Amino acid sequence: MSQGESATPLGKVRGLGSSGEGGHHWLEERFTSVALVLLSLWLVFSILMLPVLDRATLKEWLGSAWGAIPMALLIIAAFKHGLDGLKVVVDDYVHDDGNRIGLHFALNMAAIAGAAISLFALAKIVFGAA
Amino acid sequence: MNSTQERPLSPHLTIWKWGPAMLVSILHRVTGGALTVVGLAVLAWWLAAIAGGDEAYAGFTKIAGHWAGLTVLAGLTWAFWQHFFSGIRHLVLDTGAGFELRVNRFWAVMTLVGSLFATALTWYFLIGVGK
Repeated sequence: MSQGESATPLGKVRGLGSSGEGGHHWLEERFTSVALVLLSLWLVFSILMLPVLDRATLKEWLGSAWGAIPMALLIIAAFKHGLDGLKVVVDDYVHDDGNRIGLHFALNMAAIAGAAISLFALAKIVFGAA
Repeated sequence: MNSTQERPLSPHLTIWKWGPAMLVSILHRVTGGALTVVGLAVLAWWLAAIAGGDEAYAGFTKIAGHWAGLTVLAGLTWAFWQHFFSGIRHLVLDTGAGFELRVNRFWAVMTLVGSLFATALTWYFLIGVGK
């Protein structure tokens, strides 16, 4: 990385953060956080409003549009937000580039797998196969 | 990268004491990690158990209703509310507001008070409804 006398102030600091980049990632984490403020409150209040927490009641709730759509959005936003957060932790404590990229790769796979399992379970409930 | 390059270091890095803002900052990371690793695993397991059938769901409730399971769920509830309130505080701080020492300290303490209160309230209703 060339950082000669002619570099602009922005050019001098670009890439110096622990992750080597950040503006886009930082904003995405905020977008999902705002979505999760609404969606997580929805989840807590929905569960508290249910008469009982047996399987039949949960299936009916999650099978309806009012249960399924926010739950799908919650799954996507929560796994994305959790992934973004854990990547920042890795960036802060893992300084070797190879290990850092390897861990990012593993976190991506775990988050995508977790989201896929959750969305598949939800789809199974919604489309009546459960 | 430039990790070997000499950079100015603060001479005061070793002089500090615990404060609410510091505790809340650390808790934000710890609760966020716990919610992602444990919380999302429980969410996925819960949904898979509902989709899986009566037997799968009975297996979930058996473990979730055990004292160890209840402890984890109560811990996750607190972690959620702590991260929730602390996260809202961070969104406000992101706008550049709330950095005055007294205001900053006050809202840091309020996230701790709020999370304990909200956790108690959540479980009061959860148990109160007899679920």
